[in-house]
Amino acid sequence: MAKYILKRLATGIVTIFVIATITFVLCHSIPGGPFDRDKPLNETTIANLNAKYNLDAPIYEQYADYMFDIVKFDFGPSYYYKNETVNDYINRCFPASALLGTCAIIVAIVIGIPAGIISALKQNHWQDNLLKIMTTVLVSLPNFVIAASLMYFLGYKLGWLPVSMWGTPEQMVMPTLALAAYPLSFITKMMKSSMLEVLNSDYVRTAKAKGCSGFLTIYKHALRNAVLPIVTSLGPQFAGIITGSLVVEKIFVIPGLGQEFTKSIFNRDYPMIMGLTVFYSILLIVCVLACDIINSIIDPRIKITEEGK
Amino acid sequence: MSELNMNKPSFKKVGKNEKHAEKILRPSTTFMQDAWYRFKKNKLGLLGAIIIIFMVLFAIFGPYLCKYDYITQNLKEAYLSPNAEHIFGTDNLGRDVLVRMCYGARISLACGFVASVISVLIGVTYGAVSGFIGGTVDNIMMRIVDIISAIPSMLYVILLMVVLGNSLTNVFLVIGLTGWLGMARLVRGQVMSLKEREYVLAARVSNVSNFKIILKHLVPNTFGTIIVQMTLAIPSAIFLEASLQFLGLGITAPMPSWGGLAQEGIQAMRTFPHLMWIPAIFISVTILAFNFLGDALRDALDPKLG
Repeated sequence: MAKYILKRLATGIVTIFVIATITFVLCHSIPGGPFDRDKPLNETTIANLNAKYNLDAPIYEQYADYMFDIVKFDFGPSYYYKNETVNDYINRCFPASALLGTCAIIVAIVIGIPAGIISALKQNHWQDNLLKIMTTVLVSLPNFVIAASLMYFLGYKLGWLPVSMWGTPEQMVMPTLALAAYPLSFITKMMKSSMLEVLNSDYVRTAKAKGCSGFLTIYKHALRNAVLPIVTSLGPQFAGIITGSLVVEKIFVIPGLGQEFTKSIFNRDYPMIMGLTVFYSILLIVCVLACDIINSIIDPRIKITEEGK
Repeated sequence: MSELNMNKPSFKKVGKNEKHAEKILRPSTTFMQDAWYRFKKNKLGLLGAIIIIFMVLFAIFGPYLCKYDYITQNLKEAYLSPNAEHIFGTDNLGRDVLVRMCYGARISLACGFVASVISVLIGVTYGAVSGFIGGTVDNIMMRIVDIISAIPSMLYVILLMVVLGNSLTNVFLVIGLTGWLGMARLVRGQVMSLKEREYVLAARVSNVSNFKIILKHLVPNTFGTIIVQMTLAIPSAIFLEASLQFLGLGITAPMPSWGGLAQEGIQAMRTFPHLMWIPAIFISVTILAFNFLGDALRDALDPKLG
């Protein structure tokens, strides 16, 4: 068990190291310096700026510094916002994004799991067919189309919800739904297939044979095993949430990290782009790792197969 | 009904006949015929194929059939709703939306095709080499894939776009460069099992070079997987390109892509909803069609995968 977690942790650290290196190489291979302006600055200014940001040091030294800073969770200064660091931005903007992402995942789980169960229990009935159509369509619709449709109908036509900005619970509904659509349909599909598999297994038949009520069979016996693949799939789902949040935050004007990331692309603020990419990677790897650990705790079979290897 | 007159002399002993036993009465079905037979039965897949053919024709011939071009501005006719003259209306600068949609189709579909071809080329090469060599090399190559795929491709795309700049070819290239991981994994798996087959042994015995074994014997046998993966890679490339437009990293004006048109449309959504709906519907329908086609092809070409 400990060995398994350690192994996953080591892979995670190597991944972050590689990502950080890739971002460093990419951002340093951009032609031109960060202080190139339409009106060229004079040489002393550039020399001073380079000295301030430690850009006059040899490249390997900059790389070492950058790596040590990441270990200390310090992503350096922003070139665009003069007096603020990337960390300031993460501290300020991340709460909104984290709240949005968490809400989306919760909505996806809370609706997706029951929907998947219904779909499995009523296989080939109208409920299942309806859900099948809905999930197929929702998986194919790009998140910006879902966001725009929600805005148009719920925001403009019906006037139920505010169309943009962030803060009140009403303002959170539409971005959450737009972001939750994909994981929601994914979880529904997955829950259905895993539920169908479990329902055909011997122990569920035993439970039925000894006279368990339908609800009890599903809740006590089937659900616990059927939900395991969902836990594993949540890790990769976070990746979708993170990339989705870039677009959704932009459309709904949410002052989150995604919005800041988009802005930093527009401003060509390289330390910010590098820092946020690495931050997203760390976040994602931690999420995936957490899912794996939770899964190995709730599913004893994983331990056995790992030890068997 | 007349009585059947059956007695011994009316029967003749046929006996065993080697020639007849080996005779093939009906033409044998080839792999492709078999796949086509299975594909035909999938109505959604056929619908997807029809929609895609329509979109491709729309992209190729559309601009020649329209009397407007995508760039001429006519401010007197700005923000027209769909009417007989402009079937899809006009945008904020009075440009005909229909013809802009045609050019958008060209860019979006071209992006889908080119990017998926690039990712297939990289993925197949990488996967085939990794699976064929096996051992430590395979282990290292697959760990690299694991590490790269731990991070969503969108982040790589953004980084590369920032570095390379947002020209048309860069968008195609970058999306292609980041989409090959799944392909590499699948091809590797197939090559691992295929290389144990007798015909590969036969090829080795007759001194065929490794390169030729991979190219002539292994890769053609993963054809089904490649086609299916490619069909499913196209919609995700189209989606990725459209998302890039929203992040301000897409192909720059005046040449529109569907994502760019949708992004412009969302800004004017409140007053002129058609500007948002038309590109949104085109993108969604096309992505849906490719997904239907991909699923149908998977069932038809590669029943094991389903």
